Amino acid sequence: MKLTLAEVEHIAELARLSLADEEKARYQEQLSAILDYAERLQTLDTSSIPPTATVLPLRNVMRPDEPRDSMSREDVLANAPQVEADSFRVRAVMD
Amino acid sequence: MTQAVTLHELTLHESLDLMRRGELTSAELTQAVLDRIVQVENQVQAYLTLAPEWAMDQARQADERRAHGDADGRTPLLGVPLAIKDVLCVEGLPCTCGSLILEEFVPPYSATAVERLRAAGCVILGKTNTDEFAMGSSTENSAYFTTHNPWNLARVPGGSSGGSAAAVASGMALGALGTDTGGSVRQPASLCGVVGLKPSYGRVSRYGLVAFASSLDQVGPLARTVRDAALLLSVIAGHDPRDSTSMPLPVPDYASALSSDGLSGIRIGMPREYFTPGMQMEVSDAVRAAIEVMRGLGAQVREVSLPHTDYSLPVYYLVAPAEASANLARYDGVRYGLRVDAPEGMWETYRQTRGAGFGREVKRRIMLGTYALSAGYYDAYYLKAQQVRTLIKADFDAAFREVDVIACPTAPTTAFKIGEKADDPLQMYLSDVFTLSCNLAGICGISLPCGFDGEGLPIGLQIMGPAFGEETILRVAHAYEQATEWHTYKPKIPADSELAQVPAD
Repeated sequence: MKLTLAEVEHIAELARLSLADEEKARYQEQLSAILDYAERLQTLDTSSIPPTATVLPLRNVMRPDEPRDSMSREDVLANAPQVEADSFRVRAVMD
Repeated sequence: MTQAVTLHELTLHESLDLMRRGELTSAELTQAVLDRIVQVENQVQAYLTLAPEWAMDQARQADERRAHGDADGRTPLLGVPLAIKDVLCVEGLPCTCGSLILEEFVPPYSATAVERLRAAGCVILGKTNTDEFAMGSSTENSAYFTTHNPWNLARVPGGSSGGSAAAVASGMALGALGTDTGGSVRQPASLCGVVGLKPSYGRVSRYGLVAFASSLDQVGPLARTVRDAALLLSVIAGHDPRDSTSMPLPVPDYASALSSDGLSGIRIGMPREYFTPGMQMEVSDAVRAAIEVMRGLGAQVREVSLPHTDYSLPVYYLVAPAEASANLARYDGVRYGLRVDAPEGMWETYRQTRGAGFGREVKRRIMLGTYALSAGYYDAYYLKAQQVRTLIKADFDAAFREVDVIACPTAPTTAFKIGEKADDPLQMYLSDVFTLSCNLAGICGISLPCGFDGEGLPIGLQIMGPAFGEETILRVAHAYEQATEWHTYKPKIPADSELAQVPAD
Protein backbone atom coordinates (compact mmCIF):
# COMPACT_ATOMS: atom_id res chain seq x y z
CA MET A 1 0.00 0.00 0.00
CA LYS A 2 1.47 3.30 -1.01
CA LEU A 3 0.58 6.46 0.86
CA THR A 4 -0.25 9.43 -1.31
CA LEU A 5 1.50 12.75 -0.91
CA ALA A 6 -1.82 14.21 0.25
CA GLU A 7 -2.02 11.56 3.00
CA VAL A 8 1.52 12.39 4.12
CA GLU A 9 0.60 16.07 4.26
CA HIS A 10 -2.56 15.26 6.21
CA ILE A 11 -0.61 13.23 8.81
CA ALA A 12 1.97 16.02 9.12
CA GLU A 13 -0.85 18.47 9.71
CA LEU A 14 -2.38 16.27 12.43
CA ALA A 15 1.06 16.04 14.08
CA ARG A 16 1.76 19.78 13.66
CA LEU A 17 5.03 19.12 11.85
CA SER A 18 6.29 21.35 9.10
CA LEU A 19 8.09 19.20 6.56
CA ALA A 20 10.23 20.18 3.59
CA ASP A 21 9.15 18.73 0.21
CA GLU A 22 12.15 16.45 0.26
CA GLU A 23 11.09 15.12 3.70
CA LYS A 24 7.53 14.52 2.51
CA ALA A 25 8.81 12.46 -0.40
CA ARG A 26 11.12 10.46 1.87
CA TYR A 27 8.42 9.74 4.44
CA GLN A 28 6.00 8.80 1.67
CA GLU A 29 8.41 6.02 0.62
CA GLN A 30 9.53 4.95 4.09
CA LEU A 31 6.15 4.98 5.82
CA SER A 32 4.68 3.01 2.92
CA ALA A 33 7.43 0.38 3.30
CA ILE A 34 6.89 0.14 7.06
CA LEU A 35 3.11 -0.12 6.69
CA ASP A 36 3.57 -2.82 4.03
CA TYR A 37 5.69 -4.72 6.52
CA ALA A 38 2.95 -4.29 9.14
CA GLU A 39 0.41 -5.83 6.77
CA ARG A 40 1.47 -9.25 8.02
CA LEU A 41 -0.58 -8.57 11.17
CA GLN A 42 -3.73 -8.76 9.04
CA THR A 43 -3.11 -12.48 8.45
CA LEU A 44 -3.92 -13.19 12.12
CA ASP A 45 -7.49 -13.63 13.26
CA THR A 46 -7.74 -11.53 16.41
CA SER A 47 -11.52 -11.14 16.51
CA SER A 48 -11.73 -12.75 19.95
CA ILE A 49 -8.46 -11.38 21.37
CA PRO A 50 -8.61 -8.48 23.85
CA PRO A 51 -6.05 -5.71 23.29
CA THR A 52 -3.14 -5.28 25.73
CA ALA A 53 -2.70 -1.62 26.61
CA THR A 54 -0.74 -2.37 29.77
CA VAL A 55 0.84 -5.57 31.02
CA LEU A 56 0.28 -4.69 34.68
CA PRO A 57 -2.57 -6.00 36.82
CA LEU A 58 -3.01 -2.50 38.29
CA ARG A 59 -6.18 -0.49 37.60
CA ASN A 60 -7.13 2.96 38.84
CA VAL A 61 -4.22 3.60 41.17
CA MET A 62 -5.39 6.09 43.80
CA ARG A 63 -3.57 8.17 46.36
CA PRO A 64 -4.84 10.30 49.24
CA ASP A 65 -5.79 13.80 48.11
CA GLU A 66 -3.40 15.73 50.32
CA PRO A 67 -2.10 19.22 49.58
CA ARG A 68 1.65 19.43 49.09
CA ASP A 69 4.12 22.13 48.17
CA SER A 70 4.58 22.63 44.47
CA MET A 71 7.54 23.87 42.48
CA SER A 72 8.30 27.58 42.68
CA ARG A 73 7.08 29.78 39.85
CA GLU A 74 10.67 30.70 39.13
CA ASP A 75 11.66 27.04 38.65
CA VAL A 76 8.63 26.38 36.50
CA LEU A 77 9.39 29.31 34.22
CA ALA A 78 13.15 28.78 34.13
CA ASN A 79 13.05 26.66 30.97
CA ALA A 80 10.39 28.63 29.11
CA PRO A 81 11.57 30.05 25.79
CA GLN A 82 9.53 33.21 26.37
CA VAL A 83 8.23 34.64 29.65
CA GLU A 84 6.11 37.70 30.21
CA ALA A 85 4.42 38.98 33.37
CA ASP A 86 5.62 35.94 35.33
CA SER A 87 3.83 33.66 32.88
CA PHE A 88 4.49 31.55 29.78
CA ARG A 89 4.18 33.76 26.75
CA VAL A 90 2.04 32.14 24.06
CA ARG A 91 0.95 33.21 20.62
CA ALA A 92 -2.54 34.63 20.25
CA VAL A 93 -5.05 31.80 20.03
CA MET A 94 -7.70 33.93 18.34
CA ASP A 95 -7.29 36.91 16.05
CA MET B 1 47.07 3.55 47.01
CA THR B 2 49.83 1.47 45.47
CA GLN B 3 48.91 -1.58 43.48
CA ALA B 4 48.92 -2.87 39.95
CA VAL B 5 45.21 -2.61 39.15
CA THR B 6 44.06 0.12 36.86
CA LEU B 7 41.43 1.93 38.85
CA HIS B 8 39.10 2.69 35.95
CA GLU B 9 38.95 -1.02 35.15
CA LEU B 10 37.66 -2.02 38.59
CA THR B 11 34.21 -3.47 38.79
CA LEU B 12 31.72 -1.69 40.96
CA HIS B 13 31.83 -4.31 43.71
CA GLU B 14 35.63 -4.49 43.66
CA SER B 15 35.83 -0.72 44.11
CA LEU B 16 33.32 -0.87 46.98
CA ASP B 17 35.36 -3.59 48.71
CA LEU B 18 38.52 -1.49 48.41
CA MET B 19 36.77 1.63 49.70
CA ARG B 20 35.23 -0.28 52.63
CA ARG B 21 38.67 -1.59 53.57
CA GLY B 22 40.06 1.93 53.43
CA GLU B 23 42.42 1.08 50.57
CA LEU B 24 40.82 3.41 48.07
CA THR B 25 38.96 6.71 48.27
CA SER B 26 36.14 7.84 46.04
CA ALA B 27 38.21 10.92 45.17
CA GLU B 28 41.05 8.69 43.88
CA LEU B 29 38.65 6.48 41.97
CA THR B 30 36.64 9.34 40.49
CA GLN B 31 39.82 11.17 39.49
CA ALA B 32 41.10 8.00 37.79
CA VAL B 33 37.87 7.69 35.81
CA LEU B 34 37.99 11.39 34.87
CA ASP B 35 41.59 10.88 33.72
CA ARG B 36 40.44 7.94 31.63
CA ILE B 37 37.75 10.16 30.11
CA VAL B 38 40.41 12.69 29.11
CA GLN B 39 42.32 9.82 27.50
CA VAL B 40 39.59 8.18 25.42
CA GLU B 41 36.46 10.34 25.27
CA ASN B 42 37.67 12.11 22.16
CA GLN B 43 37.72 8.79 20.33
CA VAL B 44 34.59 7.20 21.84
CA GLN B 45 32.35 10.28 22.36
CA ALA B 46 30.08 8.70 24.94
CA TYR B 47 29.12 11.83 26.90
CA LEU B 48 26.81 14.69 25.97
CA THR B 49 27.49 16.48 29.27
CA LEU B 50 30.39 15.99 31.66
CA ALA B 51 30.41 17.42 35.17
CA PRO B 52 33.98 16.77 36.39
CA GLU B 53 34.00 19.40 39.13
CA TRP B 54 30.65 18.36 40.52
CA ALA B 55 31.78 14.73 40.34
CA MET B 56 34.86 15.49 42.45
CA ASP B 57 32.70 17.37 44.98
CA GLN B 58 30.39 14.38 45.24
CA ALA B 59 33.41 12.07 45.61
CA ARG B 60 34.91 14.12 48.44
CA GLN B 61 31.52 14.19 50.17
CA ALA B 62 31.30 10.43 49.83
CA ASP B 63 34.73 10.05 51.41
CA GLU B 64 33.67 12.28 54.28
CA ARG B 65 30.53 10.27 54.84
CA ARG B 66 32.55 7.07 54.88
CA ALA B 67 35.04 8.59 57.33
CA HIS B 68 32.10 9.32 59.65
CA GLY B 69 30.93 5.74 59.44
CA ASP B 70 27.87 6.73 57.40
CA ALA B 71 28.06 3.89 54.92
CA ASP B 72 26.76 0.60 53.61
CA GLY B 73 23.37 0.22 55.27
CA ARG B 74 21.84 3.33 53.78
CA THR B 75 24.53 4.07 51.20
CA PRO B 76 25.36 0.75 49.53
CA LEU B 77 27.00 2.43 46.51
CA LEU B 78 28.94 5.11 48.39
CA GLY B 79 31.55 6.77 46.19
CA VAL B 80 31.04 4.83 42.95
CA PRO B 81 31.21 6.98 39.78
CA LEU B 82 28.37 6.38 37.32
CA ALA B 83 27.00 7.78 34.08
CA ILE B 84 23.36 8.59 33.35
CA LYS B 85 21.68 8.36 29.95
CA ASP B 86 20.57 11.78 28.80
CA VAL B 87 16.86 10.95 28.82
CA LEU B 88 16.84 10.75 32.63
CA CYS B 89 16.58 14.01 34.54
CA VAL B 90 19.43 14.95 36.85
CA GLU B 91 18.58 18.19 38.62
CA GLY B 92 20.83 21.00 37.42
CA LEU B 93 22.44 19.15 34.49
CA PRO B 94 21.14 19.63 30.93
CA CYS B 95 18.80 16.92 29.68
CA THR B 96 18.82 17.09 25.89
CA CYS B 97 17.46 13.62 25.07
CA GLY B 98 19.88 13.81 22.14
CA SER B 99 17.49 16.33 20.57
CA LEU B 100 17.85 19.92 19.41
CA ILE B 101 14.38 20.64 20.74
CA LEU B 102 15.72 20.21 24.32
CA GLU B 103 19.18 21.68 23.74
CA GLU B 104 18.68 24.29 26.47
CA PHE B 105 16.57 22.25 28.89
CA VAL B 106 17.83 21.96 32.48
CA PRO B 107 15.40 19.92 34.57
CA PRO B 108 14.39 21.32 37.96
CA TYR B 109 14.21 17.85 39.55
CA SER B 110 15.82 14.42 39.28
CA ALA B 111 14.35 11.13 38.11
CA THR B 112 13.46 8.74 40.93
CA ALA B 113 16.08 6.23 39.73
CA VAL B 114 18.72 8.98 39.81
CA GLU B 115 17.55 10.21 43.21
CA ARG B 116 17.87 6.68 44.58
CA LEU B 117 21.40 6.35 43.22
CA ARG B 118 22.32 9.68 44.79
CA ALA B 119 20.81 8.62 48.10
CA ALA B 120 22.84 5.39 47.88
CA GLY B 121 25.99 7.50 47.65
CA CYS B 122 26.84 7.35 43.93
CA VAL B 123 28.94 9.95 42.17
CA ILE B 124 27.38 11.19 38.93
CA LEU B 125 29.92 11.92 36.19
CA GLY B 126 27.64 13.21 33.47
CA LYS B 127 25.01 12.43 30.87
CA THR B 128 25.54 9.96 28.06
CA ASN B 129 24.70 10.10 24.39
CA THR B 130 21.52 8.57 23.06
CA ASP B 131 19.54 8.34 19.89
CA GLU B 132 17.12 11.26 19.88
CA PHE B 133 14.40 10.56 22.47
CA ALA B 134 15.83 7.00 22.68
CA MET B 135 14.56 6.22 19.17
CA GLY B 136 17.23 4.20 17.46
CA SER B 137 19.67 1.33 17.69
CA SER B 138 23.03 2.98 17.01
CA THR B 139 23.21 6.51 18.54
CA GLU B 140 23.40 7.77 14.94
CA ASN B 141 20.06 9.49 15.57
CA SER B 142 21.59 11.74 18.23
CA ALA B 143 21.32 15.35 17.08
CA TYR B 144 24.82 15.98 18.43
CA PHE B 145 27.21 13.20 17.37
CA THR B 146 27.51 9.44 17.00
CA THR B 147 29.19 7.45 19.76
CA HIS B 148 31.89 5.03 18.61
CA ASN B 149 32.15 1.42 19.66
CA PRO B 150 35.19 1.05 21.96
CA TRP B 151 36.01 -2.32 20.33
CA ASN B 152 36.20 -0.78 16.88
CA LEU B 153 35.81 2.93 16.46
CA ALA B 154 34.35 2.60 12.95
CA ARG B 155 31.39 0.66 14.36
CA VAL B 156 28.26 1.75 16.19
CA PRO B 157 27.95 1.09 19.94
CA GLY B 158 24.30 0.09 19.50
CA GLY B 159 21.49 2.13 20.90
CA SER B 160 19.73 3.88 22.07
CA SER B 161 21.74 3.68 25.35
CA GLY B 162 24.95 3.56 23.25
CA GLY B 163 26.68 6.30 25.24
CA SER B 164 26.12 4.47 28.52
CA ALA B 165 27.28 1.13 27.08
CA ALA B 166 30.38 2.65 25.47
CA ALA B 167 31.25 4.56 28.66
CA VAL B 168 31.08 1.38 30.75
CA ALA B 169 33.00 -0.69 28.17
CA SER B 170 35.79 1.88 27.87
CA GLY B 171 36.36 2.54 31.58
CA MET B 172 34.71 5.98 31.52
CA ALA B 173 32.22 4.94 34.22
CA LEU B 174 31.97 1.94 36.53
CA GLY B 175 28.30 1.55 35.69
CA ALA B 176 25.50 3.48 34.08
CA LEU B 177 21.79 3.87 33.73
CA GLY B 178 20.13 3.34 30.39
CA THR B 179 16.55 2.96 29.28
CA ASP B 180 15.02 0.13 27.30
CA THR B 181 11.84 0.49 25.25
CA GLY B 182 12.57 -2.22 22.66
CA GLY B 183 16.12 -3.31 23.50
CA SER B 184 17.89 -0.02 24.15
CA VAL B 185 19.80 -1.30 27.19
CA ARG B 186 20.40 -4.90 26.08
CA GLN B 187 21.36 -4.34 22.43
CA PRO B 188 24.10 -1.74 23.13
CA ALA B 189 25.32 -3.90 26.05
CA SER B 190 25.63 -6.76 23.58
CA LEU B 191 27.43 -4.66 20.95
CA CYS B 192 29.83 -3.15 23.52
CA GLY B 193 30.57 -6.35 25.47
CA VAL B 194 29.02 -5.33 28.80
CA VAL B 195 26.08 -6.43 30.94
CA GLY B 196 22.72 -4.69 30.47
CA LEU B 197 19.47 -5.48 32.24
CA LYS B 198 15.92 -4.51 31.30
CA PRO B 199 13.76 -4.86 34.39
CA SER B 200 10.16 -6.02 34.23
CA TYR B 201 7.69 -3.28 33.40
CA GLY B 202 6.76 -1.69 36.73
CA ARG B 203 9.96 -2.72 38.54
CA VAL B 204 11.68 0.70 38.29
CA SER B 205 9.93 4.06 38.50
CA ARG B 206 9.70 6.01 35.26
CA TYR B 207 9.30 9.34 37.07
CA GLY B 208 11.78 11.79 35.58
CA LEU B 209 12.41 9.61 32.55
CA VAL B 210 11.46 11.62 29.48
CA ALA B 211 8.67 9.49 28.04
CA PHE B 212 9.03 7.73 24.69
CA ALA B 213 6.52 4.83 24.79
CA SER B 214 4.93 4.77 28.20
CA SER B 215 3.70 1.16 28.19
CA LEU B 216 7.16 -0.13 27.21
CA ASP B 217 9.81 2.17 28.75
CA GLN B 218 11.94 0.89 31.64
CA VAL B 219 15.10 2.20 33.28
CA GLY B 220 17.87 -0.39 33.55
CA PRO B 221 21.51 -0.71 34.64
CA LEU B 222 24.60 -1.26 32.48
CA ALA B 223 27.71 -2.62 34.16
CA ARG B 224 30.75 -4.82 33.63
CA THR B 225 29.54 -7.79 35.66
CA VAL B 226 26.24 -9.39 36.55
CA ARG B 227 26.88 -8.70 40.22
CA ASP B 228 27.34 -5.00 39.48
CA ALA B 229 24.06 -4.92 37.54
CA ALA B 230 22.38 -6.62 40.51
CA LEU B 231 23.79 -4.02 42.93
CA LEU B 232 22.47 -1.18 40.79
CA LEU B 233 19.06 -2.79 40.28
CA SER B 234 18.58 -3.29 44.03
CA VAL B 235 19.00 0.46 44.49
CA ILE B 236 16.83 1.77 41.65
CA ALA B 237 13.99 -0.77 41.87
CA GLY B 238 10.83 -0.37 43.89
CA HIS B 239 7.49 1.34 44.17
CA ASP B 240 7.29 5.08 43.67
CA PRO B 241 4.08 6.96 44.42
CA ARG B 242 5.02 9.37 41.63
CA ASP B 243 4.73 6.61 39.00
CA SER B 244 1.35 4.91 39.12
CA THR B 245 2.72 2.11 36.89
CA SER B 246 5.44 1.15 39.38
CA MET B 247 4.43 -2.03 41.19
CA PRO B 248 3.99 -1.99 44.96
CA LEU B 249 6.17 -5.06 45.49
CA PRO B 250 9.11 -5.56 47.86
CA VAL B 251 12.60 -5.37 46.33
CA PRO B 252 14.86 -8.35 46.96
CA ASP B 253 18.58 -7.89 47.58
CA TYR B 254 19.48 -9.00 44.07
CA ALA B 255 23.22 -9.31 44.71
CA SER B 256 22.76 -11.66 47.64
CA ALA B 257 20.48 -13.83 45.49
CA LEU B 258 23.47 -14.68 43.28
CA SER B 259 24.69 -18.09 44.30
CA SER B 260 27.67 -20.17 43.31
CA ASP B 261 25.65 -23.37 43.34
CA GLY B 262 25.60 -23.89 39.59
CA LEU B 263 22.37 -24.27 37.70
CA SER B 264 20.93 -27.58 38.84
CA GLY B 265 17.17 -27.42 38.86
CA ILE B 266 17.09 -24.55 36.36
CA ARG B 267 15.15 -25.20 33.16
CA ILE B 268 16.36 -23.20 30.16
CA GLY B 269 14.25 -22.79 27.04
CA MET B 270 15.75 -22.18 23.60
CA PRO B 271 13.09 -20.53 21.43
CA ARG B 272 13.34 -22.05 17.97
CA GLU B 273 12.16 -18.79 16.39
CA TYR B 274 15.26 -16.99 17.73
CA PHE B 275 17.79 -19.10 15.87
CA THR B 276 17.04 -18.10 12.31
CA PRO B 277 19.03 -18.64 9.13
CA GLY B 278 19.27 -14.89 8.52
CA MET B 279 21.40 -14.15 11.55
CA GLN B 280 25.18 -13.93 11.76
CA MET B 281 26.46 -17.51 12.10
CA GLU B 282 29.11 -16.58 14.68
CA VAL B 283 26.37 -15.11 16.88
CA SER B 284 24.18 -18.21 16.84
CA ASP B 285 27.24 -20.46 17.32
CA ALA B 286 28.42 -18.46 20.35
CA VAL B 287 24.96 -18.45 21.92
CA ARG B 288 24.53 -22.20 21.36
CA ALA B 289 27.96 -22.76 22.95
CA ALA B 290 26.91 -20.60 25.92
CA ILE B 291 23.79 -22.70 26.37
CA GLU B 292 25.99 -25.83 26.39
CA VAL B 293 28.08 -24.24 29.16
CA MET B 294 24.90 -23.72 31.17
CA ARG B 295 23.88 -27.31 30.53
CA GLY B 296 27.30 -28.30 31.87
CA LEU B 297 26.51 -26.30 35.02
CA GLY B 298 23.50 -28.49 35.64
CA ALA B 299 20.70 -26.73 33.77
CA GLN B 300 18.13 -28.68 31.79
CA VAL B 301 17.84 -27.31 28.27
CA ARG B 302 14.82 -27.78 26.05
CA GLU B 303 13.43 -26.19 22.93
CA VAL B 304 10.43 -23.92 23.35
CA SER B 305 8.30 -22.07 20.84
CA LEU B 306 7.22 -18.45 20.79
CA PRO B 307 5.05 -18.74 17.68
CA HIS B 308 4.17 -15.06 17.30
CA THR B 309 7.79 -13.88 17.26
CA ASP B 310 7.53 -12.80 13.61
CA TYR B 311 4.82 -10.33 14.54
CA SER B 312 6.69 -8.58 17.32
CA LEU B 313 8.50 -6.16 15.03
CA PRO B 314 5.37 -4.84 13.28
CA VAL B 315 3.49 -4.72 16.60
CA TYR B 316 6.32 -2.77 18.21
CA TYR B 317 6.61 -0.34 15.30
CA LEU B 318 2.92 0.52 15.60
CA VAL B 319 2.56 0.59 19.39
CA ALA B 320 5.78 2.46 20.22
CA PRO B 321 5.37 5.23 17.59
CA ALA B 322 1.69 5.63 18.52
CA GLU B 323 2.62 6.23 22.16
CA ALA B 324 5.54 8.41 21.09
CA SER B 325 3.35 10.61 18.89
CA ALA B 326 1.16 11.31 21.92
CA ASN B 327 4.06 11.80 24.35
CA LEU B 328 5.95 14.14 22.03
CA ALA B 329 2.93 16.37 21.52
CA ARG B 330 4.14 18.29 24.59
CA TYR B 331 7.04 19.87 22.65
CA ASP B 332 5.26 22.96 21.44
CA GLY B 333 7.75 25.66 22.38
CA VAL B 334 5.69 27.05 25.26
CA ARG B 335 6.89 25.63 28.60
CA TYR B 336 10.37 24.42 27.66
CA GLY B 337 12.57 23.72 24.70
CA LEU B 338 13.09 25.30 21.33
CA ARG B 339 10.61 27.81 19.94
CA VAL B 340 10.59 29.03 16.36
CA ASP B 341 8.24 32.01 16.19
CA ALA B 342 6.40 32.21 12.90
CA PRO B 343 4.77 35.46 11.76
CA GLU B 344 1.69 33.50 10.67
CA GLY B 345 0.73 32.81 14.31
CA MET B 346 0.19 30.01 16.78
CA TRP B 347 -0.32 26.98 14.54
CA GLU B 348 2.58 27.80 12.28
CA THR B 349 4.74 28.43 15.36
CA TYR B 350 3.94 24.90 16.55
CA ARG B 351 4.65 23.40 13.12
CA GLN B 352 7.94 25.18 12.66
CA THR B 353 9.11 24.60 16.22
CA ARG B 354 8.54 20.87 15.85
CA GLY B 355 9.77 20.74 12.27
CA ALA B 356 13.06 22.38 13.25
CA GLY B 357 13.50 20.75 16.66
CA PHE B 358 12.94 17.08 15.84
CA GLY B 359 15.30 14.97 13.74
CA ARG B 360 14.50 12.51 10.96
CA GLU B 361 13.78 9.38 12.95
CA VAL B 362 11.67 11.18 15.55
CA LYS B 363 9.56 12.82 12.83
CA ARG B 364 9.26 9.47 11.06
CA ARG B 365 7.91 7.85 14.22
CA ILE B 366 5.60 10.73 15.05
CA MET B 367 4.21 10.45 11.52
CA LEU B 368 3.84 6.67 11.76
CA GLY B 369 2.21 6.86 15.18
CA THR B 370 -0.11 9.68 14.19
CA TYR B 371 -1.22 7.64 11.17
CA ALA B 372 -1.78 4.49 13.24
CA LEU B 373 -3.98 6.46 15.67
CA SER B 374 -5.84 8.51 13.07
CA ALA B 375 -9.53 8.18 12.28
CA GLY B 376 -10.16 5.27 9.93
CA TYR B 377 -6.88 3.51 10.68
CA TYR B 378 -7.01 3.07 14.45
CA ASP B 379 -8.67 -0.37 14.29
CA ALA B 380 -6.57 -1.69 11.44
CA TYR B 381 -3.24 -0.67 12.94
CA TYR B 382 -3.20 0.36 16.59
CA LEU B 383 -5.97 -1.86 17.93
CA LYS B 384 -4.77 -4.78 15.81
CA ALA B 385 -1.24 -4.34 17.15
CA GLN B 386 -2.51 -4.26 20.75
CA GLN B 387 -4.42 -7.49 20.11
CA VAL B 388 -1.37 -9.23 18.65
CA ARG B 389 0.57 -7.94 21.65
CA THR B 390 -1.78 -10.07 23.77
CA LEU B 391 -0.78 -13.12 21.71
CA ILE B 392 2.92 -12.35 22.08
CA LYS B 393 2.53 -12.06 25.84
CA ALA B 394 0.57 -15.33 25.91
CA ASP B 395 3.46 -17.07 24.08
CA PHE B 396 5.79 -16.10 26.93
CA ASP B 397 3.25 -17.06 29.61
CA ALA B 398 3.02 -20.52 28.04
CA ALA B 399 6.80 -20.88 27.69
CA PHE B 400 7.39 -19.90 31.32
CA ARG B 401 5.07 -22.69 32.43
CA GLU B 402 7.65 -25.09 30.95
CA VAL B 403 10.95 -23.36 31.66
CA ASP B 404 12.43 -20.90 34.18
CA VAL B 405 14.32 -18.74 31.71
CA ILE B 406 14.69 -18.33 27.96
CA ALA B 407 18.16 -18.10 26.42
CA CYS B 408 18.78 -16.62 22.98
CA PRO B 409 20.92 -14.05 21.18
CA THR B 410 20.50 -10.40 22.20
CA ALA B 411 21.03 -9.07 18.67
CA PRO B 412 21.19 -10.86 15.31
CA THR B 413 24.62 -9.38 14.49
CA THR B 414 27.64 -7.87 16.17
CA ALA B 415 28.27 -4.11 15.90
CA PHE B 416 27.61 -2.83 12.39
CA LYS B 417 29.48 -0.03 10.64
CA ILE B 418 28.62 3.58 11.30
CA GLY B 419 26.46 4.69 8.38
CA GLU B 420 25.65 1.16 7.21
CA LYS B 421 21.95 1.24 8.12
CA ALA B 422 21.44 4.93 8.70
CA ASP B 423 19.17 5.45 5.66
CA ASP B 424 17.20 2.24 5.90
CA PRO B 425 14.79 2.34 8.84
CA LEU B 426 13.52 -1.22 8.39
CA GLN B 427 17.03 -2.69 8.41
CA MET B 428 17.83 -0.64 11.51
CA TYR B 429 14.62 -1.80 13.22
CA LEU B 430 15.64 -5.43 12.59
CA SER B 431 18.61 -5.06 14.96
CA ASP B 432 16.05 -5.11 17.79
CA VAL B 433 14.20 -8.18 16.52
CA PHE B 434 15.25 -10.37 19.49
CA THR B 435 14.71 -7.76 22.20
CA LEU B 436 11.36 -6.08 21.42
CA SER B 437 9.11 -8.94 22.50
CA CYS B 438 10.40 -8.69 26.06
CA ASN B 439 9.12 -5.10 26.31
CA LEU B 440 5.80 -5.95 24.64
CA ALA B 441 5.28 -8.75 27.18
CA GLY B 442 6.53 -6.66 30.12
CA ILE B 443 9.00 -9.33 31.22
CA CYS B 444 12.68 -8.95 32.20
CA GLY B 445 15.84 -9.68 30.23
CA ILE B 446 19.59 -9.39 30.62
CA SER B 447 22.37 -9.35 28.04
CA LEU B 448 25.90 -10.46 28.91
CA PRO B 449 29.04 -11.18 26.91
CA CYS B 450 29.37 -14.71 25.48
CA GLY B 451 32.11 -14.45 22.87
CA PHE B 452 33.63 -12.49 20.01
CA ASP B 453 33.26 -12.71 16.26
CA GLY B 454 36.14 -13.08 13.82
CA GLU B 455 36.71 -9.33 13.88
CA GLY B 456 36.99 -9.17 17.64
CA LEU B 457 33.52 -7.69 18.17
CA PRO B 458 31.56 -8.81 21.25
CA ILE B 459 28.56 -11.14 21.08
CA GLY B 460 25.73 -10.96 23.63
CA LEU B 461 23.73 -13.74 25.26
CA GLN B 462 20.20 -12.76 26.29
CA ILE B 463 18.45 -14.43 29.20
CA MET B 464 14.79 -13.57 29.65
CA GLY B 465 12.63 -14.36 32.63
CA PRO B 466 8.99 -13.89 33.60
CA ALA B 467 7.68 -10.60 35.00
CA PHE B 468 9.46 -9.86 38.29
CA GLY B 469 11.77 -12.85 37.75
CA GLU B 470 14.93 -10.71 37.97
CA GLU B 471 16.46 -12.89 40.69
CA THR B 472 16.36 -15.91 38.43
CA ILE B 473 17.84 -14.29 35.33
CA LEU B 474 20.57 -12.71 37.46
CA ARG B 475 21.36 -16.06 39.06
CA VAL B 476 21.59 -17.82 35.68
CA ALA B 477 23.62 -15.00 34.11
CA HIS B 478 25.98 -14.90 37.09
CA ALA B 479 26.57 -18.67 36.96
CA TYR B 480 27.41 -18.46 33.25
CA GLU B 481 29.63 -15.44 33.76
CA GLN B 482 31.57 -17.10 36.57
CA ALA B 483 32.16 -20.16 34.39
CA THR B 484 33.58 -18.12 31.50
CA GLU B 485 36.08 -15.33 30.96
CA TRP B 486 34.34 -13.17 28.36
CA HIS B 487 33.61 -10.38 30.82
CA THR B 488 37.30 -10.00 31.64
CA TYR B 489 38.33 -8.82 28.16
CA LYS B 490 38.80 -5.09 27.67
CA PRO B 491 38.81 -3.12 24.41
CA LYS B 492 42.09 -1.55 23.36
CA ILE B 493 41.25 1.98 22.37
CA PRO B 494 43.87 3.68 20.24
CA ALA B 495 45.22 6.93 21.65
CA ASP B 496 43.93 10.05 19.97
CA SER B 497 47.30 10.55 18.31
CA GLU B 498 47.15 7.09 16.73
CA LEU B 499 43.68 7.58 15.27
CA ALA B 500 44.96 8.75 11.90
CA GLN B 501 46.59 5.35 11.49
CA VAL B 502 43.45 3.31 12.14
CA PRO B 503 42.58 1.63 8.86
CA ALA B 504 39.18 2.43 7.44
CA ASP B 505 36.80 -0.38 8.36
